[in-house]
Amino acid sequence: MRESHIMKIHYGTALAAIAFVAIHILMRMTQNFAESLEYESVIANYQYLPYAGMLEIILILLAIHGFNGLRTILIELKQGRTYEKAVSYGCIVAMVAIIVYGSRTIFMTSMGMV
Amino acid sequence: MAQISILAEEKTDSLTSPAKIISLRIPKFNPATDSKKTWIDFQIPYQKWTTVLDVILEAKKYLDHSIAVRYSCRQATCGSCGMIINGRPRLACFTKISELDSDIVKVEPMKNFPIIRDLAVSFDRMFKTHKSIKPFVIREDSEITEKTTQLLQTPEEVEKYIQFANCIKCGLCNSVCPTMATDSSFVGPQALAQAYRYIADNRDKGKDDRLKIIDDSHGIWRCHFAGSCSQVCPKGVDPAMGIQLLRGYLLGFRS
Repeated sequence: MRESHIMKIHYGTALAAIAFVAIHILMRMTQNFAESLEYESVIANYQYLPYAGMLEIILILLAIHGFNGLRTILIELKQGRTYEKAVSYGCIVAMVAIIVYGSRTIFMTSMGMV
Repeated sequence: MAQISILAEEKTDSLTSPAKIISLRIPKFNPATDSKKTWIDFQIPYQKWTTVLDVILEAKKYLDHSIAVRYSCRQATCGSCGMIINGRPRLACFTKISELDSDIVKVEPMKNFPIIRDLAVSFDRMFKTHKSIKPFVIREDSEITEKTTQLLQTPEEVEKYIQFANCIKCGLCNSVCPTMATDSSFVGPQALAQAYRYIADNRDKGKDDRLKIIDDSHGIWRCHFAGSCSQVCPKGVDPAMGIQLLRGYLLGFRS
């Protein structure tokens, strides 16, 4: 994939994440902040399907944006064909792992398995 | 720190004011034989019009012939005498002692360039990246034929790229770029500004070629817009702006 396509995704995920995280923060204000972080409130959020869907979207956006950012930092620190391939594939694997693990948490909680 | 305080014999001239004395501090370093720099101080007389290059050449001529320094035109045109003067990258021939407002002039070789000896650095990487972006007008009809005509441009068309055509390849922008310091494969602000110079030229047809070259994992996207390249350019070129304008092409905001 060309670097400009990767960077379009990078900027796009950043803008979308700002919008969704803003909604996520605003949702804390629908009730007292401390109250919104209580166990029952958090579980209730997960079990509200649109909200759980938004959390899943935030997870994907931030994982893509964050791991691409990490990739660019690492390839600026050190260069070399093997090293750069290892960094790129390593970041993709780590990104997928984070998304899978986070999705598992969201799905299990929203389906009442926790 | 060695100090050479023997003053060069100044020919007295009744038209000139008495010379002041500046302490010129130069690092002596040969990477082939030395493990670290040795700083040497020279006491050099100067006038209000004396440049840093003048005092370096004075020290080289009368006090230490072994000082390695690259220079040529002495009028900020050739881009040979770039160095760090009192902590800031500048052209030695374009910097007067009187404007430094200091009794000590500390000169160092440019950062981000391998040192050949003392103040002379290797430009190999910069020339390689400069050549990589095809710094010439690309046209299918560029060969001179009987039908060759002038490629006229309006002032507005020239205005789009003319400041970038002032680049003298002195390397000051590359020496101050933070990405150049860590990324040995980064194309650098000098080459990117030149890529914009030719892409913005309406006579040129090599836009797609050049955009492909700079759209690399060590290309234009590694610029973090520190803007220091534009701050130090002695010719008023704004590489940081050129890079942002190039990004516009790659992101689809410009065509």
